[in-house]
Amino acid sequence: MKVIVNIQLKDGVLDPQGKAVHHALTSLKFNEVNNVRIGKQIILDIDAPDINTAQARVEIMCDELLANTVIENYTIEFPSC
Amino acid sequence: MLVAVIVFPGTNCEIDTKYAFEKLGQNVALVFHKEEQLPQGTDLVVLPGGFSYGDYLRSAAIAKFSPIMKAVIEFANRGGKVLGICNGFQMLVEARLLPGAMKRNENVHFISKFHPLKVINNNNTFLKKCTLNSLVNIPIAHGEGSYYIDEAGLKELYANEQVLLTYCDELGQVKNPNGSVDSIAGICNKAKNVFGLMPHPERAVERILGSDDGVKMLEGFIN
Repeated sequence: MKVIVNIQLKDGVLDPQGKAVHHALTSLKFNEVNNVRIGKQIILDIDAPDINTAQARVEIMCDELLANTVIENYTIEFPSC
Repeated sequence: MLVAVIVFPGTNCEIDTKYAFEKLGQNVALVFHKEEQLPQGTDLVVLPGGFSYGDYLRSAAIAKFSPIMKAVIEFANRGGKVLGICNGFQMLVEARLLPGAMKRNENVHFISKFHPLKVINNNNTFLKKCTLNSLVNIPIAHGEGSYYIDEAGLKELYANEQVLLTYCDELGQVKNPNGSVDSIAGICNKAKNVFGLMPHPERAVERILGSDDGVKMLEGFIN
């Protein structure tokens, strides 16, 4: 089963990479851009009997390793379901 | 005193750290991360600087699951003294032995240079030989050293005298190289036995190499 984990800095936590990219886009005259936030995407292929089990297991993975929940939020998606 | 310096794949400051403590007359054991126990009689554990596991995922995110870390966490929870320098500080926040988290530097650059620090609190083992509000000049070398903690956590840090060092200029005025909350460079836990800082005291132990201000910092651990 394919699982997509998206990890973002929490709102209110300054994203210096996003800020630098926003600055670069403005230099390229993309003035319509108001804000840029950069996150990361982790794609997992896991064995699980059903989505609920997968969801529960991946949440534990995120809390223990994949995300640092002090500063990051995560979302879990199942693209093929 | 026996100092256990833990070596992870990608650690690169273990020899400097060993040199610094040996210069202060202490016994030093390099302990590989695959060990499950600390050497008998360990008085101080040092998590040295470097790029453990290539900084994959997040700095120190993977190192915290190394076999030796279970022993280090138990040692800390029993009151054993632990010092995390740079990548070691990142490990301590990832392992939740210290509060907060580490982010990419605000200017998105790796910063490597001497930087003055102000001693904010010396009522602890680590900085007891440093004068309150005095400056120390030691190197920083990091890309992810922007210390983050939320407002409630920050209040608690101050209330419990856990803020140890802040970045400043040569005159002691606030100067923040990496965007850390309140320019914080080093903290300790509430019990004051776990210490973390981004700057490198072990790289400042010879005047001929620019500064020996690190000596009086590391000496705090020696009875």
